[in-house]
Amino acid sequence: MNSSALREGTARVLFSAAAAVSVVAVVLICLFLFVNGVPAMAEIGVPEFLLGAIWRPANGLYGIFPMIVGSIYVTVGAVIVGVPAGLLCAIFLSRFAGARMAMLLAPGVELLAGIPSVVYGFFGLIIMVPIIRGLAPGHGPSLLVAALLLGIMILPTVITVARNALDAVPRRYYEGALALGADHERAVFCVVVPAAASGLLAAVVLAVGRAIGETMAVIMVAGNQPVIPGSLLDGVRTLTANIALEMGYAAGLHREALVATGVVLFVLILLITLFLNAARKRGGR
Amino acid sequence: MRRLSRVLRWLVYAGAALTAAVLLAITGFVLINGIPHLTPSLFEWTYTSDNVSLMPALVGTLLMAALALLMAVPVGVGAAIYLVEYAPRGSRFVRAVRMTSETLQGIPSIIYGLFGMLLFVTALGWGLSLLAGACTLAVMVLPVVVRTTEEALMAVPDGYREGGFALGAGRLRVVARCALPSAAPGILGGVVLALGRCVGEVAALLFTAGTVAQVPDLLGAGPAGLFDSCRTLAVHLYVLASEGLHIDEAYATAVVLLAVVMVLNGVAALATRMMEVRDRG
Amino acid sequence: MAEMASVAERVTEEGKAPAMAASTVDLAPAKMAVAHLGLRYGDFSALRDVNLVFPERQVTALIGPSGCGKSTLLRCLNRMNDLVAGCRVTGSVLLDGQDAYRFVDVNDLRRRVGMVFQQPNPFPMSIYDNVAFGPRTHGVKRRADLDEIVERSLRDAAIWDELKDRLRKNALGLSGGQQQRLCIARALAVRPEVLLMDESTSALDPISTAKIEELVRQLRERYTVVMVTHNMLQALRVSDRTAFFLMGEVVEAGPTDDVFTHPRDGRTADYVAGRFG
Repeated sequence: MNSSALREGTARVLFSAAAAVSVVAVVLICLFLFVNGVPAMAEIGVPEFLLGAIWRPANGLYGIFPMIVGSIYVTVGAVIVGVPAGLLCAIFLSRFAGARMAMLLAPGVELLAGIPSVVYGFFGLIIMVPIIRGLAPGHGPSLLVAALLLGIMILPTVITVARNALDAVPRRYYEGALALGADHERAVFCVVVPAAASGLLAAVVLAVGRAIGETMAVIMVAGNQPVIPGSLLDGVRTLTANIALEMGYAAGLHREALVATGVVLFVLILLITLFLNAARKRGGR
Repeated sequence: MRRLSRVLRWLVYAGAALTAAVLLAITGFVLINGIPHLTPSLFEWTYTSDNVSLMPALVGTLLMAALALLMAVPVGVGAAIYLVEYAPRGSRFVRAVRMTSETLQGIPSIIYGLFGMLLFVTALGWGLSLLAGACTLAVMVLPVVVRTTEEALMAVPDGYREGGFALGAGRLRVVARCALPSAAPGILGGVVLALGRCVGEVAALLFTAGTVAQVPDLLGAGPAGLFDSCRTLAVHLYVLASEGLHIDEAYATAVVLLAVVMVLNGVAALATRMMEVRDRG
Repeated sequence: MAEMASVAERVTEEGKAPAMAASTVDLAPAKMAVAHLGLRYGDFSALRDVNLVFPERQVTALIGPSGCGKSTLLRCLNRMNDLVAGCRVTGSVLLDGQDAYRFVDVNDLRRRVGMVFQQPNPFPMSIYDNVAFGPRTHGVKRRADLDEIVERSLRDAAIWDELKDRLRKNALGLSGGQQQRLCIARALAVRPEVLLMDESTSALDPISTAKIEELVRQLRERYTVVMVTHNMLQALRVSDRTAFFLMGEVVEAGPTDDVFTHPRDGRTADYVAGRFG
């Protein structure tokens, strides 16, 4: 009797300790990032750091504005490329494909989701960059390639989340539209899709998070010049790339400035997570 | 109206066709270019700049993933058990765990890399090492394990548990004997997902595990081998591709990576099917 | 695909139906009719050789125990069964003497034959947009026209006074009875000729049910109504004609009073007296 109560108590303590690990991890991540990054930001000066247009650590210039803009450009480009195609593909899988077609395509989407980003980057480097170089001599690794590649990489995220949202729309909405004489396309696009709107929004936000956070694939195809790109064919460096490219050899304030870049990225992601939760909550109503 | 419908229909088909084309292009690109370069010399135990062997990276991947999962799976499953089976619904602690778990899931891997470097490599003084890399990956995949296990446990009908309680079993026994076994396929699916992320990860490992192409000396040096730097297949591919000197070997590495992903997807699909069979039966 | 195959089988049946109709119907001309209608889901035969007429501007009630095929028949009248995989229809469904299954445009058929479902199914959008959905589908674009249609439809569904001040509110915020009357308004907005009601009051409370029954009695002046109900008192209260179904066949059909007070078939007598099963 006593030993079983002891066992139950121990189990409860162990399980709750395991649950606490998530909380501890987030606290530690915040702590280490902020402790190492914020002093650098203060030393450089917050406006100089966030809005400075020149990143030249050798000369003590630490402006990450080009990288902030770069991350935004690349992400917007990825959304323009990947979201329409992804949503349409999700609509196809949910409402147009026959059972056999869906059985064929859905595992393919899962495979796309599983392919490591470095393989995407390799594909971009070997196939896409030379194509751009062929079309526009003198150019190659660029904002354009990065946006196209990231657009491809967010496809599976958009498709999976959007399809789940579409599949969850009650059948009675679709039937109701048909019973009014609407054809299949109108019933889907004017009733089913709006009914799934908050889920579709969540898909897009999740994809934005992925695109902003992607590192390796972008490094391999973006050119990485720490300058605000003037055209689609110019090189671009993202926040993630800035960290990954220089962390290997950085020291002192340079190193702390890179951690501070991580802080900016982290805050950006937190904002997106908050937005995502708001979108989900609205959908849960 | 009719014309608009036709346009919409073709757009939908185009979206699906584009996705299929991308899939075929990438897998085709890797397989066609890579399979011819899968030579025996790529699988020699020691890496030299002559053989460019991927064997150390392959072993490194296995060790890294195994270590990371060894840490993440017990903790993740335990956390999920607490959330589903023990915690009073809606308590503040549960809300905090849920919120942090969601936050962890959204954090980009490069941030995990930074964190791992600052904590494990520098603060704890482990240096670039197998252990630091595995710990970083463990934190990264923890929310994946927690979420999938939670979902699997919540899908277990309450009747299973009530049956156990009705026989006078304690909560621990009910969880171990009734809930966990029927959630096992779902948990397996989560573990496979986590494994996939470990295998494909680069950004979190560059500054925690480093890029040394050698098999950690666990056999010779024992636990001290945990502090050797090593690279995984994905890191190997990144290094080869960015150096640009061994593109053929990079193709071959990509094939091995892709094959691993395909096998993992197959296992995950099997696990899903098992869940469905159970739900029907 | 299944639909194309069955068209050929039905061609021969056309033309027989009006003759059959004349023999069984009283004065009103038949708005819709089904002749030798059969329906199978895979191996299961849901309807067998059903012959019925639905006279213009009358309410026809379809009654019978659950699973007897009455809802299936209703869903043949606007071809909602087309959505069901493995469903095969034989025989013919006639609207104004034209074979509904040979209409090139099923959407036009569904515009002319409206439907109200068992569960109220307003779309998750505003009340106005719900009612305007059908007219917009069929090409009405001008704001003034839409306003006029929305008001008329809501008036016809006897719910205008309750909703006129909240047309922009989400329809999902309405009570179940209001939602169902909104769905009726939505169906009326495309000016259908026939209205199908599939146990449309079974999910509602008695007060809402009474309102909808009253509404159906008014709608009869302009529309042909076919309603499925499991409530025999409801059939008695609102319908002009009743058809009693059992295991996919029509046992008896005729004026409601006759079916309820002088049933010719013993099974009908048992069912309407509540002695069935």
